[in-house]
Amino acid sequence: MENRAVNTTHYPAAVFSERAERHTLSVLVDNEPGVLARVIGLFSGRGYNIDSLTVSETEHQKHLSRITIVTTGTPMVIEQIKHQLERLVPIHRVTDLTVAGPSIERELAMVKVRGKGEHRVEALRLADAFRARVIDATTESFVFEITGKSDKIDQFVDLMLPLGLIEVSRTGVVAIGRGPEAM
Amino acid sequence: MSRQMTGAEMIVQAMVDQGVEHLFGYPGGAVLPIYDALFQQEKLKHILVRHEQGAVHAAEGYARSTGKVGCVVVTSGPGATNAVTGLADALMDSIPLVCITGQVPTHLIGNDAFQECDTVGITRPCTKHNYLVKSIEDLPRVLHEAFYVAASGRPGPVVIDVPKDVQFATGTYYGPSNVEHKTYKPKIKGDMDRIKAAVELMANAKRPILYTGGGVINSGPEASHLLRELAKVTGFPVTSTLMGLGAFPAANPQWLGMLGMHGTYEANLAMHDCDVMVCIGARFDDRITGRIDAFSPGSKKIHIDIDPSSINKNVKVDIPIVGDCAHVLEDMVRLWRSSGAQPDKNALASWWKQIDKWRARDCLAYRPSNETIKPQYAIQRLYELTRDRDVYITTEVGQHQMWAAQFFRFEEPNRWMTSGGLGTMGYGLPASVGVQLAHPKSLVIDIAGEASVLMTMQEISTAVQYRLPIKIFILNNQYMGMVRQWQELLHGGRYSESYSAALPDFVKLAEAYHAVGIRCEKPGDLDHAIREMIDVDKPVIFDCVVDQAENCFPMIPSGKAHNEMLLGDVAGDLAKAIDEKGKVLV
Repeated sequence: MENRAVNTTHYPAAVFSERAERHTLSVLVDNEPGVLARVIGLFSGRGYNIDSLTVSETEHQKHLSRITIVTTGTPMVIEQIKHQLERLVPIHRVTDLTVAGPSIERELAMVKVRGKGEHRVEALRLADAFRARVIDATTESFVFEITGKSDKIDQFVDLMLPLGLIEVSRTGVVAIGRGPEAM
Repeated sequence: MSRQMTGAEMIVQAMVDQGVEHLFGYPGGAVLPIYDALFQQEKLKHILVRHEQGAVHAAEGYARSTGKVGCVVVTSGPGATNAVTGLADALMDSIPLVCITGQVPTHLIGNDAFQECDTVGITRPCTKHNYLVKSIEDLPRVLHEAFYVAASGRPGPVVIDVPKDVQFATGTYYGPSNVEHKTYKPKIKGDMDRIKAAVELMANAKRPILYTGGGVINSGPEASHLLRELAKVTGFPVTSTLMGLGAFPAANPQWLGMLGMHGTYEANLAMHDCDVMVCIGARFDDRITGRIDAFSPGSKKIHIDIDPSSINKNVKVDIPIVGDCAHVLEDMVRLWRSSGAQPDKNALASWWKQIDKWRARDCLAYRPSNETIKPQYAIQRLYELTRDRDVYITTEVGQHQMWAAQFFRFEEPNRWMTSGGLGTMGYGLPASVGVQLAHPKSLVIDIAGEASVLMTMQEISTAVQYRLPIKIFILNNQYMGMVRQWQELLHGGRYSESYSAALPDFVKLAEAYHAVGIRCEKPGDLDHAIREMIDVDKPVIFDCVVDQAENCFPMIPSGKAHNEMLLGDVAGDLAKAIDEKGKVLV
């Protein structure tokens, strides 16, 4: 006890013993104005991280939207994030997909590459290897559509960089639990 | 049941249907239709304040002293922004409020119209929930939902922003129904297995303590009653946070006094040395825990709270129980009785012996004086001379607040209204207006500092207008006392901007407001002056001139643990007691 780093503040000590973990949360919300601002305001106001955030209406009849948030924090912080989210009035349910069981994560990206000659051929060849589709082409450019885990997209983007990468647009992570059950 | 009416009429009708009797507010362009509707009815009484912050604090005082939802109406733009301090205060202290804000007409929203501001944007982080009502069809539902959200679970303030065209529009009104809320369903009953485990842990405790907070008071009078039951059957010592004072009677021998930064020696050392801590409706705030890694290092902790996000936020606990204090305490007391649990009598006896040793230090002792009035003495006399009356106390924020918490003794819940979480100077005067309105026959005293009270002094005018005989008892040391104390202890006695160089003559000020002013400068005159204050059936400003140099002890300095607290008699060594790192903190 005596050997512990001394915290000289009146405020809760930073927890050194616990490592930050990456968690993916699925949040089912009422699709009403301001609900996204509430979620984002909660994260910025309380100093939580957002690595990725996606949102879209998923059940039009019930006015439900699903937000997928990828965040990092110590287990204590992750637990806080869940409880703080549940406290927001328009939130139906929060599921931590990282602990709830096996889940699948996907992201979609559009990647614009500009080039001629060898570079253009190489870009097409790599796109084929990554199962990326060409969704727009000119004589000097391609737009590729690629779907997969975030690291696969990272890798593809890295490979395109020397081949004339112009710009990238990514959706952020969407995720869902495996098996027959809903969240 | 359903009727056609305008939006403004719906707002008034919904409040009447929700049992609201008093509404605090201030008119303006964007709420004129509501004021027109108020003019044409008699069920809902409007209280005109002098500043919107005062309206919210008055509603807080009203809510806290009655357990009902406090109601406020303010106009758009500056009306809404002035209310923000009060809303943030109510959020931190879990006070149920419904605040109607006017808004510019729907088609002008976003146009930088006159007196427009993004009210829902500004109030989002300082309310429990807020609404912008863009259609008259939504208004009745939102109004009733707001009362439900404000009062259920962990209570808090709710803002409803109503554009002026919606106030004018006509629609179908329906009364409050018991329709379940779509998403917001707080957990009321505690998990029985956890409560069982808690009772087992408590029965085996050698050095137990009950650490209670404002949650017990928010849970209603039944929770305070059950807390007393639990203390009776277990024989455990009881301490409380600033917010929880009154839930357990100060006259009870099991009462240790308040804990925390300016808590008693016995309460803080008992917290530090206990082996089982039962936290009931409190949240391990940093003013309570002191240095967090040295906070009650050897104890198993049970935490009862209706808000799951309060659990494991600052301090990891062993048995978390999510639920309403009254429900959980009821189950706990019943289980304790039915299981025939017996506290460890011998261990408890030696624990009490230890506590009595700490008590013998008499940590609240101060050097009495015949020359100047000691602030502690003033509060002691105020307490002694009002103890047989039906008395409610509000406070501002600072030294006087801590002395009031230490020296005024509360036997019942809902008698103590103070700004704990946000620490809002200027809270007490408007709060006392709300309290007096709810309890017209009672004695309502705002224990104030001369700096704090000047922040919302204009509300004495409200008290005069409605013939509310509130008593503003100012401990006047001509300093922002707590700032001065910290500057003395932490900043080498450099009293930067903490001296009040141009104070008003409070007696004349009172008279200018058509209230009564009393000044007292000598300890010998104090009793007589206090009696005079009590006997006046008008608002009184009591200027009690006290010792300027007095500090508030005990004190856990920054960067220290519970068992490193400072007592008054070591005041000479204070500068050495706080290290450089501690000085960084407030």
